[in-house]
Order: sequence, then C-alpha cells, then structure tokens
Amino acid sequence: MKNTFIGAPIERREDLRFVRGRGQYVDDLAPEGLLHAVILRSSVAHGRIRSIDASAARGLAGVHAIITAQDMPGGPPIIPMRLQPLPEFKPFEQPVIAADKVRYVGEPTAVVLADSAAIGEDALEKIALDIEPLAPVTDREGATGSTSLLFEPKGTNLALIFRAERGDAAAAFRDAPYRRRERFKVQRHYGLTMEPRGVLAAWDAAAGILRVFGAAKVPFFNRRILSAQIGLPETAIDMVENDVGGGFGARGEFYPEDFLIPFAARHVGRPVKWIEDRRENLMAMNHAREAEADVEIACTRDGKVLALRGHSYTDMGAYMRTNGAVGSRNIAQFMSGPYRVENIDIDVTLFMTNKTPVGTYRGPGRFETDFFRERLFDMVAKDLGIDRIEFRRRNLVADAEMPYRLATITPFESKDELDSGDYQSTLDRCLAEIGWSEKQNLQGRLIDGRYHGLALGCFIEGGAAGPKETAKVALNEDATFTVSMGSSAVGQGVETVFAQIAADALEVPLERVRDVLHGSTAYVSDGYGAYHSRSIVMGGSALLDAVEKFRAALRTEGARRLGCAEDAVRLGDDRVSGPDGRALALKELAGVAAEGFFLNKKHTWTYGAHAAHVAVDAKTGRVDILDYVAVEDVGRIINPLTLKGQVIGSLVQGLGGAFLEHLVYDEHGQLLTGSLMDYLLPTASDFPNLRSIATDEKPSPINPLGAKGAGEGGMIAAGGVMANAVANALADFAVEPRELPLSPPRVWALINAARAYPGEVATGSATRICAKEKA
Amino acid sequence: MATTFEVNGRTVEVEVEPRMTLADCLREVLRLTGTHLGCEHGVCGACTVLVDGEAVRSCLILAVQAEGRSVTTIEGLSSDDELTPLQQSFRKHHALQCGFCTPGMITTAHALLSEEPDCDADRVREVLSGNICRCTGYISIVEAVLDARSAYRKGDGKTEGKPG
Repeated sequence: MKNTFIGAPIERREDLRFVRGRGQYVDDLAPEGLLHAVILRSSVAHGRIRSIDASAARGLAGVHAIITAQDMPGGPPIIPMRLQPLPEFKPFEQPVIAADKVRYVGEPTAVVLADSAAIGEDALEKIALDIEPLAPVTDREGATGSTSLLFEPKGTNLALIFRAERGDAAAAFRDAPYRRRERFKVQRHYGLTMEPRGVLAAWDAAAGILRVFGAAKVPFFNRRILSAQIGLPETAIDMVENDVGGGFGARGEFYPEDFLIPFAARHVGRPVKWIEDRRENLMAMNHAREAEADVEIACTRDGKVLALRGHSYTDMGAYMRTNGAVGSRNIAQFMSGPYRVENIDIDVTLFMTNKTPVGTYRGPGRFETDFFRERLFDMVAKDLGIDRIEFRRRNLVADAEMPYRLATITPFESKDELDSGDYQSTLDRCLAEIGWSEKQNLQGRLIDGRYHGLALGCFIEGGAAGPKETAKVALNEDATFTVSMGSSAVGQGVETVFAQIAADALEVPLERVRDVLHGSTAYVSDGYGAYHSRSIVMGGSALLDAVEKFRAALRTEGARRLGCAEDAVRLGDDRVSGPDGRALALKELAGVAAEGFFLNKKHTWTYGAHAAHVAVDAKTGRVDILDYVAVEDVGRIINPLTLKGQVIGSLVQGLGGAFLEHLVYDEHGQLLTGSLMDYLLPTASDFPNLRSIATDEKPSPINPLGAKGAGEGGMIAAGGVMANAVANALADFAVEPRELPLSPPRVWALINAARAYPGEVATGSATRICAKEKA
Repeated sequence: MATTFEVNGRTVEVEVEPRMTLADCLREVLRLTGTHLGCEHGVCGACTVLVDGEAVRSCLILAVQAEGRSVTTIEGLSSDDELTPLQQSFRKHHALQCGFCTPGMITTAHALLSEEPDCDADRVREVLSGNICRCTGYISIVEAVLDARSAYRKGDGKTEGKPG
C-alpha cells in the first residue's frame, strides 16, 4: 500500500482532546498530598540582600516550609548555558535563587510551600525581605558608563563580543563609491505563551525516582542539568511532558523553578506544584529582542552591495540564561540575510543590565536583522535612484551560487552555508500575489484620510539544528504501531505530522499509527527536542531510519520463527512470509521494535519574501494592513494545514513585535508592563488581511525527507516590511522609522516631527500634501 | 461558604472560601480542568464559561456569585461520541495549535452563535478580540466560527447543558 499522507492536509489528532477541553496541561494535575509553591521575587532591580525573615510566614496555618538559599548547602546551583556555553559567559550565569545579590525585578529569593497557592500568597506578604539598593543599570549607557557592576569580581558589565567576518570589509569600504550609515533599534519583547510556565515534581523515595511534570522543549538536556544540580543519576529522573500551551523558544528552557520545585519536593517529601501567574510570567520568562544596530553599507552606483559593517548592542538582562546568546550571535550572522554580501565585518556587544534575562524568541536575531537590513536597503535604493525591488534582485544569492557560505562567527567559531534556493522565484511570486505593479500608483497616496504604502522584504529562515534526533517504532498486539520520538510538542502538531511520516514509511493506514509518544524522557534513549525549527527535519528523518531498522528487526524475528534466512523473508500484506509459503500475521510479531537516529551538522534554509499594503492615518498614527502576502519555499511540505498555521501564527507574532508588544522598564529597573493591559498582544480584529503561500520548489538536499524547518519564517520579515510600508506611505513627510514598535503614538510623533521641522523634509512639502488632500 | 449552582446541567454544592474565583472552583474543587487560566485579570479570555448562557470570564467572578446560576464549561459543550459542529469546524480549519485558548474560544463563539447565528466576519472578530490566541494568528479561528454558523441557524449547534 503506497500512501501519500505526506503532503496532505490531514486534520490533527491532537484536536480531538483540545476542542473538548481534555488536554492535560501541567496545572491540570493534582496528585494526592499536593503542596503548592509560590515564589517570593525581588521587587528591587539591583541590591544586596541584608536578610530574609520568614518567621511570621512560617507560623501561618497551611504553610509547610519556606526555602531560601540558606537551605542549599554549598550555595544555590548555577544554571549552565545550553547553547554557546562559552567560558566567557560563566561568570554571568544565574543561580537558581538569589543568595547575596538580586539583579532584576522578579528574581527568586524564597519559595513558600503551602496547602494552596492562596495561602502561599498570604505567606509571601509576611516575609520580610530586606534589600540594600544598589544603583540599577538599565541600558547600554548605564552598562558601559556607570560604575555600577552587576558582577563585581568580573569588573565589567560587558559579557562578550561576537564578530561576523567575511572577505575584507575595510578595503571594500575604502574604495566604495557609495556608503550610508544608519542606526536602528528593536524593543524588548518576548515569546509570551498562553499557558504560563509550571512545574510539578514528586519524589518517590521508595523507588528512588524523581518525576518532574511540565517538561517541554528540551527535556533530555534539562534532565542532565537537574541531575548534576540535585545529585541524582539521570536514570533516577523522569521528565514528563504534558500538553504544552505554546513554546516560541521561551518555554522549556531550564529556569530557576526547574530546580527549585524538584528540590522542594524532596525537601518536604510531598509532591509540589508551581504555576506561574501572568505577572510573574512577564517578569520571569525569558525576554528577548532588545537590540540596537549602528550599521554601514557600501555599494556600487548601480546598486551592488559591496560590504556591510558595523556594530550591534544587545541587552542580555541580568544573567546569561541557557540560550541567552543565540539572538546576539544570529544578529551577527544574519545581517546579510538572503543577499550576496562578499565583505562583512559586524560585531555584536552583549551587555548586562538589571532587567529580566533574555533568551530566544521565534526567529531570534533574524527578526531584528531583517528590520535593520530591509530598512537600510529601502533607504539606499532611494538614494541611488534604483527601484527597491530591482535593488534586491541585484543582490539576492542566486541558485547557481548554492551552497552559499555565510560570514564566519567568532568566538565559538561557526561556519554555515545556505543549502539551496531560488530566491528570485519567491520574490516574483510575492510580487504577483500582492499585485505589486498595479498598486505602485498608490505609494504615498492619500485616500479617504489615510496614506497608502507598499513594501517588500526578503528573508531566510534557518532550521534543523543537530546534532541528533531519535525515534522508535514498535509493533503492538493489535498490529498497530507506536511511534516514540525524542522531539517535543509545543503545540505545533507533532503527533499528526509524525503519524503521517510513519504511515507513509510503514505503508499502513494512518489509524494504524496508534500512538505518537514524544517529549518525555522515558520513551527513547536520547532526545534533543523542539527548537530551531528542527522537529520535522530531525525527528522525521530519524523516524525514517527507525522504520528501516524496524523492518530489519521484523525480518530477523521472522527468519528466526520461520526457520529461514533473513533475506528470504518477505514483508507485505500485514504478513511476514517465508520462501515455503508459510507466513506469520503481523500481530504475531508484536513487541518487535527498533530505534533509529538522524545525525546532522548542517542546517536547512527556507526562504521567501513578504509584501504588504498598508494605510496610515496621519491624525492618529494608526496603521491598518490592507493586504499582506507571505511567500515561503519550505522544501517538502508534510502537512499544508499545519504549515499554514505556523506561518500565519508566527506572522501575527511578528506584527505584534512590529506594532504592539513592548516590555517597558523605568530608570529604576521596574517593569512597567506587568499585565496584559499594559503588554499589548495582537487580537482577532487587528490583522485580518493576511495570506500565506507555501511553495516546495527546492527540497532540502541534506535530509532524506527533503524537508526544511518552517516554523519561524512568518515573523522574520514582518518588522522590516511594516516599517518600510509606513515609510513609503508617509514619504511626503519624509518619515523614516528607525525604531520598533510602530505604535500609534510613535508613528504620530514621527509625522508631527516632520511637520514641525519641514526643513528636514527631503521630498514633498506640506503644500503638496494639502493639494493632494483636496484632490 | 456553601454555594449551590448548576454546572453542565448538574446541581453542585461546594464549600468554598469567599475569595475563591469561579475559575479556581471549577478547576480545583470540581476538577473541570478544561477551563484554563491565562492571565487571571480578565484580559485573555481563556477561562471563559457560560453563566446563564452568557460568556463570562470565570477568573473575574467569585464562586459564591454563581449561587443559583447555571454554568456551562467546555466539558458541557462536548460529548464523548462526536465533536459538535463548532468543534468540528475548529478542527477542519486548524483553528487551534497548543489548545490552551481553545476552550475559551469555543465557549465565546458558542455564546455568540447561539444569539447571532447570522453574524458577519467583523462581528466575529469583534467578539473574539476579547480572547487571546498566541499560536494561530486568529484568521483560522474566525473562519471556523463563520463556517459553524449554519449549524446554529438550524439549531444543531446547541448542546448546552449536556453533561460532558
């Protein structure tokens, strides 16, 4: 039976429980004897802990224990970095609980264990936390200019400088006929998940097993960390993945609570659950994106980019968390994006501040650089008098140049190359879909009180991080199959897509792939999880290997039972047949199982273009998207339904970053956006006119599925495209956005600044605008 | 405090602290965990349930305020055998990913369609704008709700009060 489940819009099996409210998220678990943990967090951004007096809180009925750093002999463990674990970062890693200093508002200082979360919160109010305030460092100027140090022994608030190099940028700039230098800024925002984080830990003293529920994203790695911190072998720890209410890079990394709650469960000998509330989530989950760029471009007069150079500065917050360096590293690497830039010299300075530590958020470093670069390109095309699309065409990496080497990043030297792609083709498709040429007469026009603008941007999306993924196929007694994966679910639908891949490979109906188990550490020998758009490529390829090994195992077992040579065994028609006509029904071989792997050091590169048509109300600064087209070539498509969901979902997140989302701090390091009334997220009425088109022209050459990671592309281009569309709409005002988010007040202020200083208006005039308004 | 109300067609009597929200009562006391808590300050809509047929944020009312009322949760809008037309439509349009906001989306949409089975896309967007979804970008949710209207016009969408 030859199947074609791969490529079909199969409805998700996960949905059957989710639409009935039968998903099981970590907060839905309530074992016997459960205690609830609540965490006392620092309300001071930078200070020295003088004392923590919890005696009054301990006396409260229903309070069972209060844990502080004092309860950890040898001091609180430090959380190591998962990605780019450079020695330079060591001094900046986070202890699981503050012992002597607090370095951001929200840092854990004590854990209360109580009969209910409400009693625990009552107890928080009775703990006297005495902190001697120190001068807070809240921005780059403070990090470099003031004498206040987050880590005194280190002597500096600068953690590291990443550098991206290719060719000879200095020489290219020396001889360049055209240069332009610009400064841009992306605001702090983050991968807010609808389900706040949560951990439930239970210590089974009799069996000597610690079970940790609420695991997500990278459970095997987190088990290694916890094992070392808590002094138990990895085999004594089960990380259990429940349903996960969104990941986006932020959930599932090892956070302080991932130690504190298991520690608490062992401390009291009872199961302990901690569920983050939204205010905590806004100050405790990894922040992201806060970056400045001071970037310079060199071109020929006919628009060939000769070189990019410059500096970027990224705000790491108070500690280097597990994946805290990824966004900064990526800013260095992706400044050139899908374009041929032979000479590159970009450095990125990572500095520490008294704010929540950062980690990755979907499209880390790529969203930021697409904004920097695509904005710069539009400015340059205008300077040179070259059509903005033509400018991009002249510089996109050509199919014939693949694989195309990217700039080399140091330290942690990494070389990377684009694997395949026809970047002109997705650009063409995008232009055709949006009706670019027909709509050009709308650029900058005032229609019914709103200025119209169109913009386009190109992007690449990396995926498929190695080194390995594991999958297992087992035959059940009813001749169905159980597939187990080292990959994790974060809401992206892995149960469905892995069932599709398995059913095709096993040549059985979809329903015969009865279970797809994933995430928890008990199912397979090893796993790497869900990040860097890797699940389908890495997990799916491992699954193909597992099916192949499963077939071999079936042959071996069949040959043994039938008493014949392995190569005489025939598989098919749900039977294992020998040469003499004897056969075993498949179900008679229940229990046969095999693990498979996929090893990979290369990345996949999806690519595409986004174009948008916006209308800007100059009186209010509001931007409406009238049409938005996202085109992406993703290699082989497994499930077009879930793919579209990934693209539109991430696009709306990107638009949230372009227009709304902003974690704002004051000069004391206090988070001013501590609720969803202050931290604005896109809603159903904000961006109704979005379209996504996925193509499959260029299957990946580096994996047997031909698939490419495609979970992040929707958001990468969004910031740059929106800023350029606003600039084009407001061309008569010479408005040039250099900073996100493009909130109504910011757009309004840009327009008013242009009106107040008409001398700075480069083209057009107020008179012309009035004339247009009348027309 | 002893409080008596109806949940999914069944009368329940619970003993709760006056400060306990209806959401916590549903989840912790009655163990109806399909109602999810995403913000506990009335913005995200994940905890939306029906109180006497109206969509209400269960994190913003106290359990004791439910006294004498009829509460319907996602469990009450679901059955074991098959999905309701609204649930089927959510699945068909891939109107959910992580599933966390989904119960609130479905209860909100059910309340809307029960009252206004002929509502247009703008009205759907307006009503759903009180529910935050972080995964889908909403377009598929709006399509799913619009596609389910026909069932409510015929009266097929109404499964309210049916025990889960």
